[in-house]
Amino acid sequence: MSEIHLQIDGKDVEAEEGMTILDAARSVGINIPTLCHHAELEPYGACRICVVEVDAGGRKGIGAACVRSVEQNMVVNTRTEQIDSIRKILLEQFLAHAPDSEVLLRLAKEYGADKDRFEKQSSFCILCGLCVRYCTEVKKKNAIGFFDRGSTREIKFFPEIAAKECKDCKECFPLCPTSYLQAAYHVTEALAFPSTFSESTSKE
Amino acid sequence: MPRINSPAELEEFRKDIISKRDPNKPCIAVCTGTGCLALGAGKVVAALKEEIEKQGLNTEVVDTRETGCPGFCERGPIVVIYPEEICYLQVQPDDAAEIISQTIVSKKVIERLLYVDPSNDETIARESEIPFYKNQMRHLIGNNIKIDPKSIEDYLAVGGYSALVKALIEETPEQVVQLVKDSNLRGRGGAGFPAGIKWGFAAAGKEKKKYVVVNADEGDPGAFMDRALLEGNPFGVLEGLTIGGYAIGASEGYLYVRQEYPLAVENVTLAIKQAEEYGLIGKNILGSGFDFKVTVHRGAGAFVCGEETALLASLEGKPGEPKARPPFPAVKGLFGKPTNINNVETWSNIPLILKNGPEYISSIGTENSKGTKIFSLVGKVTNTGLVEVPMGISLRDIIFKIGGGVPGGKKFKAVQTGGPSGGCIPEEHLDIKVDFDELAKVGAIMGSGGMIVMDEDTCMIDVSKYFLNFLSGESCGKCSPCREGITHMLSIITRISEGKGREGDIEFLEEIAISTKNASLCALGGSAPNPVLSTIRYFRDEYEAHIRDKRCSAFVCKDLIAYHIDPEKCKACMICSRKCPADAIDGAKKQIHVIVQEKCTKCGTCYEVCPSGFGAVTRLSGEPVPAPIPEEERTIVGKSK
Repeated sequence: MSEIHLQIDGKDVEAEEGMTILDAARSVGINIPTLCHHAELEPYGACRICVVEVDAGGRKGIGAACVRSVEQNMVVNTRTEQIDSIRKILLEQFLAHAPDSEVLLRLAKEYGADKDRFEKQSSFCILCGLCVRYCTEVKKKNAIGFFDRGSTREIKFFPEIAAKECKDCKECFPLCPTSYLQAAYHVTEALAFPSTFSESTSKE
Repeated sequence: MPRINSPAELEEFRKDIISKRDPNKPCIAVCTGTGCLALGAGKVVAALKEEIEKQGLNTEVVDTRETGCPGFCERGPIVVIYPEEICYLQVQPDDAAEIISQTIVSKKVIERLLYVDPSNDETIARESEIPFYKNQMRHLIGNNIKIDPKSIEDYLAVGGYSALVKALIEETPEQVVQLVKDSNLRGRGGAGFPAGIKWGFAAAGKEKKKYVVVNADEGDPGAFMDRALLEGNPFGVLEGLTIGGYAIGASEGYLYVRQEYPLAVENVTLAIKQAEEYGLIGKNILGSGFDFKVTVHRGAGAFVCGEETALLASLEGKPGEPKARPPFPAVKGLFGKPTNINNVETWSNIPLILKNGPEYISSIGTENSKGTKIFSLVGKVTNTGLVEVPMGISLRDIIFKIGGGVPGGKKFKAVQTGGPSGGCIPEEHLDIKVDFDELAKVGAIMGSGGMIVMDEDTCMIDVSKYFLNFLSGESCGKCSPCREGITHMLSIITRISEGKGREGDIEFLEEIAISTKNASLCALGGSAPNPVLSTIRYFRDEYEAHIRDKRCSAFVCKDLIAYHIDPEKCKACMICSRKCPADAIDGAKKQIHVIVQEKCTKCGTCYEVCPSGFGAVTRLSGEPVPAPIPEEERTIVGKSK
């Protein structure tokens, strides 16, 4: 396996080919925040909170650390004014959905994000996709999926699959950075398979 | 037709086709592209055929040809009569009898169907002398009127497939890539990446299986150049694609055509079938040993699938969502294999490079943008349609010389280039040279070639809102800066257009726009803020007027305008009160009319119908509406004669 030398925040880092910038940074104790990243899942690059400045042999740009692979002599900066301001505004936009999310509030403190700056949004979901991807990639059940696109994109349980698969699993629940997933599940349960719903509530 | 097995057989066959055709025999070419069809070209063709029979003529004496779009859509249905090249505009089925008896039989030109030059009121008969065409350089679209897109023989008659022969017989794949590099052709899909370099990346891939793909998911509102090429000359695209397959070592090609282009799908599907029958697609093409297969795939109606990684995902049967690059498709594309994907217009240029040499492209244009570019010129411009021009022409020449300027004596305000992710360019920059870099410098983009002209009645806040609204539904929603950024920008701009703008909104918009631009996953998000940023850059005063004075100077934002009848000028003619669809005008004979503001929907009908001699209805914005005249004072006392 060929060794790749790169520099992250001024630190010399040795990495292996195919490694992401995120993994290379973490290997030397540099923390890059993530929301849609999960070690067991394919890199997704959607929340963009992990963006970093990259200079790959003169090709300069902003890349998502969770999907961008390391390259020989790459120079990466994870905390510049530009990066911090992107993270701040992204967090503010997420907080417009989920103002009480602990994960988000913790990051908001670090990046000086104001949770009330953007108009509040009706859904708590920040569409990180952890639930959808976990169910698809790890559990291979496809009980939950994305619906629609653009500003009306949302996650939904497929009632037929959820009625069979979810009751004894619920492994996606702790992955959710907000409280939306549980809410979506219980709504589906109450509307689509109320018999199991009443059963489960009466037992508890 | 038996299969053609060698270049010699192809040339033999071509000679045979041409020898059977008499260049002096009259031929009536009718555009049956989507635009002209919508205007009734189908009925025109039927009427012409009927008349030919009725007047005792037949195909021995006169040919009819149903062709693709030559571009002058504003004046369709378009008919061109050969060999004289007489161009008739806005032809109706009723004109058929006269066209046959006068022009075909008696060789007389019908004056009333000709183009009239507005500068001197003289008619122009020859197609190429009409200013709209004369100032263009029609390398790609020029063949459209000369061939029936459903006939491979027509394409062969104009020299079709000689470029493929040259590639397969005289050039190695590496040489073909080099020729494309030498032409300096840049991709016509939007980003303008040098096509030859892109080909080189895919050609360098060691894998056995590779793909070439035509991106025909043309989705910019108002843009239809790729549709015209695919509908009008599908063989040109297929020939380019086949050459590309040979050059990069791909034995399979895909055409990804948007769902909304049924005629393009029909024509290109038929073209593939014909090319297969003739042995120009399939196994061992022209005896060269090169095998190539082409499949048409219909998109399902998502704008974002024009983005190459989303397109490839969709082609694989997955949701059409972009993926991070690198890896680029040239390395890991369709089904994980090296893939070269280009837009329709780029592929159409390839046969020209092979046939005429790379200098045919590289000798035209500016330093870094070569060749011709097709634009779809639409909006508030006299000659809407498709125009093909050399790179480096000025925007002013396109809009005024070719486009004929802004109709109705209105003032030009801006031109929007590059589709929903493009930018609005004001009058002061109309003399810039149109190329990839110059357009980017003024905050717009070349994009795929959409060009929307706007006049003084256009509100730039409304324009911004329109494009953001489009993008909010067309962003795939995967990455947050694009999804959330567009949502919030749209909501702020909507608020401004409703008169609820606040101090600081402009700066807030700029801040969101910049983060969306910098942090988004794909080019859709990366360029989505352009309409906002470019309108703020050039029309900041309009934003300020909307926010501070609640004034829309173009009288577009309904919440900021009002209509009012000047009691001094109203002659109580009842026209406006009868026409008002909201029943919002109080008025009777000899009673000065008054608009009931609570009922008014601000449709502007009263303003339009008030006789110009009176001019009693006025538009107000940013100022209070005068109190209605008291009822007891409304009676008009008739003047004695």
